[in-house]
Amino acid sequence: MHADLMLVVWPLAKILAIVLPLVVTVAMYSYWERKVIGWMHVRMGPNKIGPWGLLQAFADVFKLLFKEIVVPTNADKPLFFLAPLLAVVPAFAAWAVIPFDQGVVLANLNIGLLYLLAMTSMGVYGIILAGWASNSRYALLGAMRSAAQVVSYEIAMGMALVCVLVLAGTLNLTDIVNAQAGSKGLLDWFWLPLLPMFVVYFVSGVAETNRAPFDVAEGESEIVAGFHVEYSGAAFAVFFLAEYANMILISFLASVMFLGGWLSPFPASWGVLGAGGWWWLFVKAFLFAFMYLWFRATFPRYRYDQIMRLGWKVFIPITIVWVLVAGCMKYFGWVTVGA
Amino acid sequence: MAGAEIRNYTMNFGPQHPAAHGVLRLVLELDGEVVVRADPHVGLLHRATEKLAESKPFNQSIGYMDRLDYVSMMCNEHGYVRAIEKLTRIEAPIRAQYIRTMFDEITRILNHLMWIGSNALDLGAMAVFLYAFREREELMDCYEAVSGARMHATYYRPGGVYRDLPDRMPQYRESPWHKGKDLKRLNAWREGSMLDFLDAFTDDFPRRVAEYEELLTTNRIWKQRTVGIGVVSPEQALAWSMSGPMLRGSGIEWDLRKKQPYAAYADVDFDIPVGANGDCYDRYLVRVEEMRQSNRIIKQCVAWLRQNPGPVIVDNFKVAPPARAEMKRDMEALIHHFKLFTEGYCVPAGEAYAAVEAPKGEFGVYLVSDGANKPFRLKVRAPGFPHLSSMDEIVKGHMLPDVVAMIGTYDIVFGEIDR
Repeated sequence: MHADLMLVVWPLAKILAIVLPLVVTVAMYSYWERKVIGWMHVRMGPNKIGPWGLLQAFADVFKLLFKEIVVPTNADKPLFFLAPLLAVVPAFAAWAVIPFDQGVVLANLNIGLLYLLAMTSMGVYGIILAGWASNSRYALLGAMRSAAQVVSYEIAMGMALVCVLVLAGTLNLTDIVNAQAGSKGLLDWFWLPLLPMFVVYFVSGVAETNRAPFDVAEGESEIVAGFHVEYSGAAFAVFFLAEYANMILISFLASVMFLGGWLSPFPASWGVLGAGGWWWLFVKAFLFAFMYLWFRATFPRYRYDQIMRLGWKVFIPITIVWVLVAGCMKYFGWVTVGA
Repeated sequence: MAGAEIRNYTMNFGPQHPAAHGVLRLVLELDGEVVVRADPHVGLLHRATEKLAESKPFNQSIGYMDRLDYVSMMCNEHGYVRAIEKLTRIEAPIRAQYIRTMFDEITRILNHLMWIGSNALDLGAMAVFLYAFREREELMDCYEAVSGARMHATYYRPGGVYRDLPDRMPQYRESPWHKGKDLKRLNAWREGSMLDFLDAFTDDFPRRVAEYEELLTTNRIWKQRTVGIGVVSPEQALAWSMSGPMLRGSGIEWDLRKKQPYAAYADVDFDIPVGANGDCYDRYLVRVEEMRQSNRIIKQCVAWLRQNPGPVIVDNFKVAPPARAEMKRDMEALIHHFKLFTEGYCVPAGEAYAAVEAPKGEFGVYLVSDGANKPFRLKVRAPGFPHLSSMDEIVKGHMLPDVVAMIGTYDIVFGEIDR
């Protein structure tokens, strides 16, 4: 009996240990976003609530929770409420296979990569359903854009990961990181042999999460807020949570796949600096998360057909070619994999 | 699916829409995302300016002109006071002409900064908007220094301008937001007169324009969004009676400042930038270059104004108020002042059309007087109206985001379109 109980409690505790910090990170990330963009825009960003505005994100959360959720009269009510859940559940579920350090992972799946691809593709259903169920023209346009965009970038993203898979020879994320270990530090990581894939992967990641300059699904100045234009209060907060959790997820994934996860960028002979650890992963993910904000502060927005062109005519051909190149690298042993 | 009817999608774009620039209501018929028909609706900001002017003495309507195109305030005033000057056959002193030229150009920069910011924001580039507003703030301070109001100045008067340029530029006071080094930097330009301030500004401004350009001009996304979008052929531009950058972007070199010089434009040196393809990108380049040219004109005006002190308004108490001090001791002056601000002045019967090259194009005022102290009829020719009416023809076949890009380069302001 006791053992059975532990079978439930222990995984639950582990899940909470990931989800709770994640939610807080999302809150602080939204604060950091406003602050960074503020600095880039020669303004201040939030600075009123709490010291340096640190509590702004929490104030926003409580505001959203207490606001009324307005359901449009013609909306399909069950779907309208199902949509935010469909968006947020995969965004959190994907975290199960992220290895934070050697052995620190909720589920050490041997098909982790497949599981990730499945989870990140699921998120789009939430967006499409939201657009459809709102019964609003702006929302529907946003949903259509997002569907087309996410589906096409999914391919480029998947192909980029196939290259990683070819080099590492495994679908297990922990093993992928270990395959990047070596004596030369950051020169052993996959970003070097797979440099074009590294770029394609992160850009596709930005497109996949519907962030600037690919934020046509929200397209503030065109379709106002796109798929979530009719959502308010907690329902909107859930979409927000899903979007930011996905952004952080992509940042972690890019670090795991191409920048050696928790491995140190310095050669192992450097002592403390050369030792791996979760902090390296967090630093790397932070850099990617910062890039997201940087893009948003500077770039104009693509038009939706131009995004399609970039995805289908540029990224997918590059990835297909590089799968072959990666295959050759592996076959002829041009790259050393694993320590 | 036999029998299924496929219909286009009608979408209400505005009047509450982040890219509608005020209160544009655009009814779009969409085939997917492709625009089949665009039907702009106007009138939501109608304030009957023209009718109101008929019920007031001539000099009391100047303030309404500011509120027409509320991002190029003084240029509107200029059109109106020139129409009155034409009818009454008075001419502003040369110093006033230079001050007007200078402020017309300051206004042009103000307007183009607003335009570059909002156009970039419409296409998703946020940073430019805030950078542009940083410089706008400096120029707004010039408006305030000279007239007391940041936007609606009522600075131009028939026969000159309200008063001479201030000898001292107002400075920032210490506050929780401006203190220490920051305060010192803000006040560094403001130690001397307004002309000193403008000198410092014009020296610095080309660098700022380069900063905006760095973010946009060679940006691939920006070019993809603007090159070949919303092409207006020279014939179309003429047929739709376009003016200003809309016309020049299509390659027609027409600028009232050169073709029918007014104020001091004949004496200052500047170039007219002209586009080649008539697309959004060319209009963008034309406006950016216009900012540089305006900067040049301001510099020349500042130099001239330093050398040549003199009166800034005619010495004719029938149209211009007497000095305050004079009113205290001279009965005649007091009576003139009273008559001027109650009854106004009678303008000889007749009609006149005066136009200025406002930042958006030709801003014209057609004035009919029957010899009374109020206009019989006032007609404002706002540049934005003919531009907006070409909307359907230009955006047909483009996609929804291109409509937003097009609204951006039309540079429409509803104050002048709805009047």
